[in-house]
Amino acid sequence: MKLTLTGNQSNAWGVKLARVQVVAAYPITPQTTIVEELAEFAANGELDTQYIKVESEHSAMAAVIAAENTGVRTYTASSSHGLALMHEMLHWAAGARLPIVMGAVNRAMGPPWNIWADHTDTISQRDTGWMQFYVESNQEVLDTIIQAYKVAESKDVMLPAMAIEDAFILSHTVETVEIPDQELVDEFLPPYDPPEYLNPKDPKGFGSLVMPDFYMEFRYLMYKAQEAARKRIREVTKEYAEIFGRDYHGLVEEYRTEDADVVMVGAGTMISTARDVVDKLRSEGHKIGLVKLRVFRPFPYEEIQEIAKRVEVMGVMDRSFTHGYGGAMFNEVKAAVYNTDARPKMKNYLIGIGGRDVTAKMLEDTFRNALKVREHGLDEEIMWVDLKGGE
Amino acid sequence: MIEIRFHGRGGQGAVVASKILADAAARENKDVQAFPFFGVERRGAPVTAFTKIDTKPIRNKAQIYEPDYVVVLDTSLLHLVDVTAGLKKGGWVLLNTPKRPEEFRDTIKKGNLATVDATQIAVRNRLGSATAPIVNTSILGALVRISDVVSIDTLVESVLAKSPVKKEENAKAAREAYDETIILEE
Repeated sequence: MKLTLTGNQSNAWGVKLARVQVVAAYPITPQTTIVEELAEFAANGELDTQYIKVESEHSAMAAVIAAENTGVRTYTASSSHGLALMHEMLHWAAGARLPIVMGAVNRAMGPPWNIWADHTDTISQRDTGWMQFYVESNQEVLDTIIQAYKVAESKDVMLPAMAIEDAFILSHTVETVEIPDQELVDEFLPPYDPPEYLNPKDPKGFGSLVMPDFYMEFRYLMYKAQEAARKRIREVTKEYAEIFGRDYHGLVEEYRTEDADVVMVGAGTMISTARDVVDKLRSEGHKIGLVKLRVFRPFPYEEIQEIAKRVEVMGVMDRSFTHGYGGAMFNEVKAAVYNTDARPKMKNYLIGIGGRDVTAKMLEDTFRNALKVREHGLDEEIMWVDLKGGE
Repeated sequence: MIEIRFHGRGGQGAVVASKILADAAARENKDVQAFPFFGVERRGAPVTAFTKIDTKPIRNKAQIYEPDYVVVLDTSLLHLVDVTAGLKKGGWVLLNTPKRPEEFRDTIKKGNLATVDATQIAVRNRLGSATAPIVNTSILGALVRISDVVSIDTLVESVLAKSPVKKEENAKAAREAYDETIILEE
């Protein structure tokens, strides 16, 4: 069945197909229509779920943590300041090894007040232990929600995951979306079956005090779980492709990188537009390709190291600004390559911040800039694209 | 790719129009995008919405800057907004008005012109109220007449599927507007 859906409706459809048992969320633009749609599914009986109304995002996350602890599949959604308010509980969800899935709709942080696409909100949660999938289309939103539950609930992973879509560009834009058959989804994603859960007939305690002689080991196990997730994501996307016919290529998708001298790395909807731009530049004879960072957590260092060996320039586009040295994605790509023999030039492009429209022309100018780095060397390491006012 | 820009006022149904058109094109196996201008909407305030239609997958996620068709749901916007901004050569401007297109040639200097009295069609089909009629399904009928982006029958299918209330009245309004559109080619 093919429908025309907004990214947020598609998100809710993914949740419905995953037969989520408990939903708790607090509305915030541009996430609101996800939970509106879910409330409607719950009210008209299309989704057999318990819908818990809460007074804040912090409470929403607390509610799904408690529910997930009883051994049921749960979901929440948020954006921007709402996500920031969840921060404390995001650490809890991951530390307690609860495979909650969240729809995160990227929106800039204020002030100045801004409701448009910007990755700073989710990038700021990169250290909480949540997996992060950045998607480029409404179809990928739905498919990623289903895949994320399968990865998160794997016994060797047991970590929460965010399916991340750009504000408005996906959340409020209608696109055609293929809705998979419920029976096939049920086969792909069986009911949640946790190894341990809260059960009054067999009382146990979770999340209690651990002394310094063992806390580190808990963190080490989370590190190992992220490592296991890397392998699991590759397997799950492959299995999904075999059943549903749509392949998202694991953690990283390469587009026309064969024999490329220059690759551009990015995440989210800019990737979709960038495919057109790569085609144009390729038709002019430029050996340029595209690298989609679909998964930022766990960080796909193996894929990045392998690509770095083959190219002369890596341009990394960040749709967020973290107050360190350049963008977060740039820093991690650079760090992953440092101790290898590969030595591509790396340049950071800060682009589309606060919802600035990332047009094909803007991307073309950026890609041509990276091609120049190949010819003339690195001029500057960090560049703000389309910045008004100059120096 | 065909790109359409709608100008209306909050409450007239411009955003819904962009989505119904996308739904109709998808029914004819085209790829589509439909979205409002990414702003904050209020009843009565100027609203912009967009639809992209193509026979191959649409990968460009940017907004529309060079439309093939501009649809104006309220001509009082002509004093506020440059509706022909970026209009492609050979493009069209469709206006909701009881007047003939010739009367706008002095104001709208670019593109082919078409007019339809979508307000009157909406009122006589009791869509919205007499003071705040919902003109989106009527104007879509006229758009299909000038553009051929979808067939009128497919449009009517989408109108029946997507109208929250008064499905038959909306479908009738679309067909009437299709018949009543007046065209002035460049």
